[in-house]
Amino acid sequence: MSLAPSSRRGWRWKQPSVIPGFGLTLGFAIVYLCLIVLIPLAGVGWRSAALGWEEFWRIGTDARVLAALRTSFWTAALAALVNAVFGVIVAWVLVRYEFPGRRIVDAVVDLPFALPTAVAGIALTALYAPTGWIGQFFAPLGIRIAYTPIGIVIALIFIGLPFVVRTVQPVLEDFDREVEEAAATLGANRLQTIVSIILPALFPAILTGFALAFGRAVGEYGSVIFIAGNIPYVSEIAPLLIVMRLEEFNYPAATAIGAIMLILAFIVLFAVNLIQTWSRGRYGHGA
Amino acid sequence: MARNIRLPDPTTESGTVKWVTIAVAGLFMAVVLFIPLLAVFLEAFRLGAGAFLAAITEPDALAAIRLTLLVAAISVPLNMVFGVAAAWAIAKYEFKGKAFLTTLIDLPFSVSPVIAGLVYVLLFGSGSVLGPIFNSAGLQVLFAVPGVVLATLFVTFPFVARELIPLMEDQGTGDEEAAISLGAGGWQTFWRVTLPNIKWGLLYGVLLCNARVMGEFGAVSVVSGRLRGETVTMPLQIEILYNEYNFSAAFAVAALLALLALVTLILKALLERVYGRDHAGGVRH
Repeated sequence: MSLAPSSRRGWRWKQPSVIPGFGLTLGFAIVYLCLIVLIPLAGVGWRSAALGWEEFWRIGTDARVLAALRTSFWTAALAALVNAVFGVIVAWVLVRYEFPGRRIVDAVVDLPFALPTAVAGIALTALYAPTGWIGQFFAPLGIRIAYTPIGIVIALIFIGLPFVVRTVQPVLEDFDREVEEAAATLGANRLQTIVSIILPALFPAILTGFALAFGRAVGEYGSVIFIAGNIPYVSEIAPLLIVMRLEEFNYPAATAIGAIMLILAFIVLFAVNLIQTWSRGRYGHGA
Repeated sequence: MARNIRLPDPTTESGTVKWVTIAVAGLFMAVVLFIPLLAVFLEAFRLGAGAFLAAITEPDALAAIRLTLLVAAISVPLNMVFGVAAAWAIAKYEFKGKAFLTTLIDLPFSVSPVIAGLVYVLLFGSGSVLGPIFNSAGLQVLFAVPGVVLATLFVTFPFVARELIPLMEDQGTGDEEAAISLGAGGWQTFWRVTLPNIKWGLLYGVLLCNARVMGEFGAVSVVSGRLRGETVTMPLQIEILYNEYNFSAAFAVAALLALLALVTLILKALLERVYGRDHAGGVRH
């Protein structure tokens, strides 16, 4: 209690420092942040507010908008789930095993970050079209991949893979092997050790990777539109609907759909931060 | 005499499990990443090297390449200067609201590229406040090069800052404080002390930023207006050609961008070896 006044006297917005340039660098950073990101983003909020609640609700609950949001959501969730499973396997293989070509595989994991989405989109479409390299094997079975929601999931798996691998990999690298030895000493077999010792420790990282992959996939546009076929109510994603409304100069509709997606993006961002705070408290590291 | 019996290591899996796991991971990587990459180059050369060269040297393709290079030449340095300034302010000082500022800098990574385009359409399009003002000053922003640059800046905003902030936080302030106490000025300290310390991290951030700048599609497609030879970047040119069923030409331009991606990955792997994976671990590109 007696500390309170002195700590209040000691409250400073900024700790003193001999290094010059605080005002210049912080000022420039904030002005640039406002000009490029914050003010333009605020414009969406302002234009949405100008629509009025009833108009906003009418656009947001339009059957086609709802269908597009649903498609965006379940395809992104499914792709992130596939990535959560295979991403952990890839990360495991890269960290724990030595095999020829490991370095190349490790480098190629980042391909989706480096390859433009439009390039990925047309390449995947060429592969999975009914006449494509991979699609031709599925076509006789009556399974169409390109131009259906399955195609969207394929594109989103491509986009999201590095997020899971690159969040799980460092945590697995730092994992203390002695814990595994202790488990083995206490009589656990390898499967028990992996399931009840290693996977729980990786869980926050896997969850973070899932959320990041999901967040990226929900907003993804370039790689999806080529392979999706873009059939209204079936394989039309929400970002495409925004683009179509903009091309019709129907700005209110585009704004409303954009605002809904922004809110969802912020929820994902918030969830990621929550997971990391929780994980830091529980495991001593941010996922 | 040591007996030659190998006990199973309790912290690894058996050989069979190991190779099956590697095979599963390898197959997944092949289907998801390697084969699509291979497909780009094979499709690009399907009609031969002559057709490939013709496709990437026709006037519209050349204009698209020029515009992509121009946008990169403007956007990358701007975001680089911002990244250095933001990282300096955040890493070298203690102040309230730092975590919040860092979150705001990351914001563009969470936003759909289409929304990055949308925000500038709302800002400069019909019915906006700013559009008419800029137009009367003779500056067309939307459906012109400035709009393409702005949308690109938004999408690639965090790249350099995100790479430098953790690196500079790890390096602390000791070197700079020593330089200042020995009489160096602020700029001198930056050029002679800080910059040499962060050069690899800076290069890494610039490399990733550039890859995304040159490949950005969603945001640019919204603001570009697709005026052929004027506001069409390479990714948009791919889309136009593809929608005209000119597949081999579309893949020819795509192959150039795929080549850029490969060069980026190789340089990235080399940089990670030079300055360590620990710092080069930014996940959200």
